[in-house]
Amino acid sequence: MEQKHFIHHQHAHCESGVTSNLLMHEGIHLSEPLAFGIGAGIFFAHLPFVKVSGVPGTTFRTWPGAIFKRVAQRLNIGVHTEKFRSPQKAMLALDKVLQTGKPVGMLSSVYFLPYLPEAFRFHFNAHNLIIYGKQDNQYSVSDPVLENQTHIAPEDLAKARFAKGMPEPRGFMYYITNIPSKIDFPKAIQQGIKQTCFFMLSPPLPWFGNRAIGFLAEKIKYYPSKLTPRKASLYLGNIIRMQEEIGTGGAGFRYLYAAFLQEAGEMLHRDDLKLMSQELTTIGDDWRNFAYHAARQMKARQSDLVSFDELSALLKQCGMKERDFFQRLQKVKW
Amino acid sequence: MDIHEVPQDSLHYKGRDQLKKLMYAVDKEGHYTGISSVGWEAENEATKQAWDAVEEELQHTKTLVLNGKLSPIAYFMRLKLMDVGLLASYVGKWKWQVKRHLNPKVFKHINSKTLTRYADLFGISVSDLVNFEKK
Repeated sequence: MEQKHFIHHQHAHCESGVTSNLLMHEGIHLSEPLAFGIGAGIFFAHLPFVKVSGVPGTTFRTWPGAIFKRVAQRLNIGVHTEKFRSPQKAMLALDKVLQTGKPVGMLSSVYFLPYLPEAFRFHFNAHNLIIYGKQDNQYSVSDPVLENQTHIAPEDLAKARFAKGMPEPRGFMYYITNIPSKIDFPKAIQQGIKQTCFFMLSPPLPWFGNRAIGFLAEKIKYYPSKLTPRKASLYLGNIIRMQEEIGTGGAGFRYLYAAFLQEAGEMLHRDDLKLMSQELTTIGDDWRNFAYHAARQMKARQSDLVSFDELSALLKQCGMKERDFFQRLQKVKW
Repeated sequence: MDIHEVPQDSLHYKGRDQLKKLMYAVDKEGHYTGISSVGWEAENEATKQAWDAVEEELQHTKTLVLNGKLSPIAYFMRLKLMDVGLLASYVGKWKWQVKRHLNPKVFKHINSKTLTRYADLFGISVSDLVNFEKK
C-alpha cells in the first residue's frame, strides 16, 4: 500500500491539534479553531476538593478525549478507539495499524516524553500526540505543541502510554476508519456552540461552568486570611499555569474560541458570530490582565489584602462578562 | 490580543525557551492567526515558581531523611515529582503501605522484592536506595 506522507502542523492545544492533523491527513481541511469549537472544548471548572500535588484543581477545558469524540460524531467520521490491559498488547496493536499507513492518535503522560523540555514535564496524563510511522526502532511523533516532528524510543512511548495516576491513559489510542462523502459543517458548528453554551451556563453546581469562575473569585478573596503566603502564591501560580502555560493559545482558550467564532462566521456568512468573536477577544484580554496581576501578586508573596481583593474583582468581572456573552451566544438564531 | 502584543519573554530554565508555542492573535484586519511565542513573563514566573516549590520540598525531604525522620523512599518519591498516591499505584501497593514504607523503622524491614520494585521505578540500584544516608 502506498503510504501517504504525513504532514505535521503546529497547534496551540494538543487534543484539538491532533484532531485537526488527523483529519487534514484524510483530506478534510479542519483548522484547529474549528476542531476546538465543534468539539466544544472550552469549559471551566474549579475543584477545591480535588488536589493535584496539594493545590486545588482548575481547568479551562473539557475532559480529555471529548473533543476528538465529538468532532468525529458531529462530522459523521468513523473512528476506532481502543484501550489496553498491557503495554505489550498496546504496542503490538499500534505497530499493526502503522503498517496499514494510518497515523494513530493517543493519550500519554508528558512526564515520560523525553523530547519535551524538562520545564513542562510534570505528571500530566492527558497529553495527545500522533504516531505516524516507525523507523530504525524509533517511532515518528507528531506532537501538535511542537514546531516540528520528532522521534521517541519504544520504551519511552510505552511508559508514557501506561502512566499511572489520574486519569490513566491505559494505552488509549484512536484512528480514523471512515470518511463520509459529504460533511455538514454548518450543523456541526451549531451543535458545538449549543453544547458549549449548555456546559458553561447550565451546571447547577458551583464547581463547573461559568458559575465556577465566580466561585474561584470568591475563594481568592480569602486566600490571604485562610492560607499561608506560600500556599496562597502556589494556588495563584497554578491558576496562571492552567490558563497560560499548558497549550491554550492564550487566555485559557478564549482566543482559540474567538478564532473559532470568527472562522464559523466567515464560513456561514454570519456577521453576528464575527462580532461575538471580537467581543470574546476583549474578554480574553481581561483574562490576560488577570493573569498578569496574579503573577505579580504571586511573586510578591505578601498577604496584602487589597491586592487579593482586586484580583478577585478582576476575575469576577471576567466571569460576569462571559455569563452575559454565553447567554447571548445561546440565543443566536440558526 | 493584537499580533504585535504577543509577548516574547524567554525563560532560560529547564529548557523552557527551547519550545515555541503557538498563540492565537488578531492582525491589522481583525483576522485571527497563529503566532509563535517563546513565552510570557506571567506564565514563566508561574512555571518557575512551581519548580521552586518542588526543589524546596525536595531539600526539606532530604534533610528529614538524613535526620532519620523519613525513609529514602520519600526523597526519591519527591525527586520523581510523585506523591504517596501516585507512587502507590506505580509500585502496585496500597497507599497505607507506601505511607508505612516512608517510616525509617519500617523501611529497615522491607523485603528485597519490594525494595527492588521501588529501586527499579526510581531507576537506581537497591544499594543506592538503602545506603542513601551514607553517601
